[in-house]
Amino acid sequence: MFKNFMNWIEYRMPFMEKMNLHVMQYPAPKNFNFWYFFGSLAMLVLVNQILTGIWLTMNFEPSAERAFASVEYIMRDVDYGWLLRYMHSTGASAFFVVVYLHMLRGMMYGSYQKPRELLWIFGMLIFLVLMAEAFMGYLLPWGQMSFWGAQVIISIFGVIPGIGDDLTLWIRGDYVISGATLNRFFALHVIALPLVLVILVFLHIIALHEVGSNNPDGIDVKRPNDGTKIDNNVSDKFTFHEYFTKGGKKIIVDAIPFHPYYTVKDIVGVVGFLLVFCAVIFFAPEGGGFFLEPPNFEPANPMKTPDHIAPVWYFTPFYAILRAVPDQLFGAIFMFLAIIFLALLPWLDRCPVRSVRYRSTFHKWNLVNFCVSFVVLGVLGVLPATPTYTLIAQIASFTYFAFFGLLWLYSKNEKTKPLPVRLS
Amino acid sequence: MLKQLLSVLALVASSAALAAGGPAVHLDKAPIDLHDKESLQRGAKMFQNYCLGCHQMEYQRYSRTFRDLGIPDEVGMKELAFTANKVGDYIKNAAPKADLAKWFGAPPPDLTNVARVRGPDWLYTYLRSFYADPTRPFGVNNDVFPLVGMPHVLQELQGVPYKKHETRLVDGVSQEVYVGIVTDGSGELSTEEYDRAVADLVNYLEYTGEPSKLESHSLGIKVMIFLLIFFVLAFLLKKEYWKDVH
Amino acid sequence: MSNAPVDHGRRRFLTIATSVVGGVGAVGAAVPFIASWNPSEKAKQAGAAVTANIGKLEPGQLIRVEWRGKPVWVVKRTPEMLETLSKVEGQLRDPASEEEQQPAYAKNQHRSKKPEIFVAVGICTHLGCSPTYKMSDFDAHVEGIASGFFCPCHGSTYDMAGRVFSGVPAPKNLMIPPYMFIDDTTVIIGADEGTA
Repeated sequence: MFKNFMNWIEYRMPFMEKMNLHVMQYPAPKNFNFWYFFGSLAMLVLVNQILTGIWLTMNFEPSAERAFASVEYIMRDVDYGWLLRYMHSTGASAFFVVVYLHMLRGMMYGSYQKPRELLWIFGMLIFLVLMAEAFMGYLLPWGQMSFWGAQVIISIFGVIPGIGDDLTLWIRGDYVISGATLNRFFALHVIALPLVLVILVFLHIIALHEVGSNNPDGIDVKRPNDGTKIDNNVSDKFTFHEYFTKGGKKIIVDAIPFHPYYTVKDIVGVVGFLLVFCAVIFFAPEGGGFFLEPPNFEPANPMKTPDHIAPVWYFTPFYAILRAVPDQLFGAIFMFLAIIFLALLPWLDRCPVRSVRYRSTFHKWNLVNFCVSFVVLGVLGVLPATPTYTLIAQIASFTYFAFFGLLWLYSKNEKTKPLPVRLS
Repeated sequence: MLKQLLSVLALVASSAALAAGGPAVHLDKAPIDLHDKESLQRGAKMFQNYCLGCHQMEYQRYSRTFRDLGIPDEVGMKELAFTANKVGDYIKNAAPKADLAKWFGAPPPDLTNVARVRGPDWLYTYLRSFYADPTRPFGVNNDVFPLVGMPHVLQELQGVPYKKHETRLVDGVSQEVYVGIVTDGSGELSTEEYDRAVADLVNYLEYTGEPSKLESHSLGIKVMIFLLIFFVLAFLLKKEYWKDVH
Repeated sequence: MSNAPVDHGRRRFLTIATSVVGGVGAVGAAVPFIASWNPSEKAKQAGAAVTANIGKLEPGQLIRVEWRGKPVWVVKRTPEMLETLSKVEGQLRDPASEEEQQPAYAKNQHRSKKPEIFVAVGICTHLGCSPTYKMSDFDAHVEGIASGFFCPCHGSTYDMAGRVFSGVPAPKNLMIPPYMFIDDTTVIIGADEGTA
């Protein structure tokens, strides 16, 4: 009976077939390490944001008069409203933590290299939409930081020659940030951008499964089948979807089915993540003033700027680059270039070896340079701009961009270590 | 590789934390405890008596305060809620907003969330840092909030506070040294009692900033225990399946 | 799937145990989402008991009080109205108030605490319209009965104790809310000795 029903479905929509292709019989390299948790965790956080977000809209009132009060209403009057709100606000920061680590993983193991360029581009688009989503979401509670943070960031568009002033006016829909801005940001935040985000995530995964997952060794698990027997190949024990073996023309080496091996492994990652996530939600939802900033517990006041304003922590590396450049226009240009260069990595890196494990010492140190520059910029973006800090920010901006320039220079003729034949 | 990276990052982070520095004024740690219902009740009473004249709690209902502080509604309505009609009302005063703004230069801020904006230590220090200053409109100034536009409403409790200077030998030279704020003893409370009263008030403000905090902590512990059990099981399950691979 | 020797018992146990614990977690995670749909503190405070002053109520007069967004009637019945209550019983669907449409203290012929003061939720039990009070011209709807309630939507009729007549669309008697008298002139609607 049940089997008949499943066959009826399968004939009309090959559900099990797709499950096999993408989950049960998807060959995943057997040597994924800690860094490979962040993809599934990003998915988990996305689901958390969408669910808690939908539930918050049930009580949030998107108007300048009521937004702040309605958030307090959620925090005080709605059963478990405080928990839904903290899940959402902590989720925003968690999203960026997870995504930054996911991107760093890609950089360490060369996951952007051929043939995964499109996969990387989809990832960068997700990152851009995520930043827009977070920025617009931060305006909604209508606190002091919401208001003034949005004020500063929208003003960045004002530096574009000729159209800047008109553009900022158009984005705000008013001479200052007002209820009009709040309402359009609300619409984009709850409907438009999440829709785009979900579609991009879908494409990201489709693109991933087409080219297959990279791994910490950066060598392929799908190889042309020349008939030679491969010793101790764990993959011999399993059945993979014929899509990946292409009628026997390819052989799969050192890969295991995603389910059950990586589903059970990802559960461990998910629960480990939830331990940290819930600890923040229940015991430190302000995240030391970084996840929920103290001035944001005051309603927006267009007449009074808080003593010190900075964007939320996940924007600060880019914000620090903006501030480090003395000229406003070039500051904005360099800030966008900082992201553009990341997107161009597949073409800037000309080395045939993917993983940092087998690349030159110079590359390793260059990667460290990137991380240090990024973190230093992030810290400086939170601090007020003093001459000393500005100087450090300038140096860090320089080293940030130097990473890409150096990479392009040395990667062509890089002295790499011999690649292993099999996954370690 | 990873270790090198992490150690460099840790170094950067710690130096940045140093660079961020603390606030300019030293803040005393507020001796508060959200579990102390009696302290919260005394704090609520202080708020009603000394703060509500000018400040409000626009987002906190009497009913919530009564329930969380263990005050029966009838008792609360009689002894605390002088201006409210219903127990579900927000903690508001009847003072005309525009007049208050004129008298004090700016409208007195809402205090529901003040502990989340300023932090309890700031509040605790601020309320103990008023000192007599005849140059100011209300005759007082404040170390934590210089040129503050608020009178010292707790003066009848504390007495008139003034800055005390002493002549001391510094590096062999006799100098006037500022030693702290003392009162003239005209207040109803001793210094220790006054500090205690302020702590009660700050405790209550900390509570109203986040009434869900205690609930959050007790639920949080249960969730963490659950997740730990789940983690152990998930880990064993993973080990079991991965025997196939190793 | 695998041809290596596997301890199937242990694997099965751990799979089931993890699934059960994970399922409990999923149910737990659903709690805040479901609970947030309960009436909020604001709704509860708005739905709190209301006070009505009945000191100036004339015999036969009806006043409306809003409780939880619904009209609640308070009627001071005349002796004639009370007399008719026993007269109409043969024409009623549920003359003894067997259905749970009232607190225990209103399960009597006059469906009230004090015979002359009638308190009821003025919402027809058919489709939720508010019936009209016919103080003296009710006989247009039920012959020989001077006063009662008539629902303009589908013609349901109720007697002066809110009991529904047979043969009309409404299935049940009018709902009686919990209420109590503070003194002779004040009634609290929405709370009684049991809840206060």
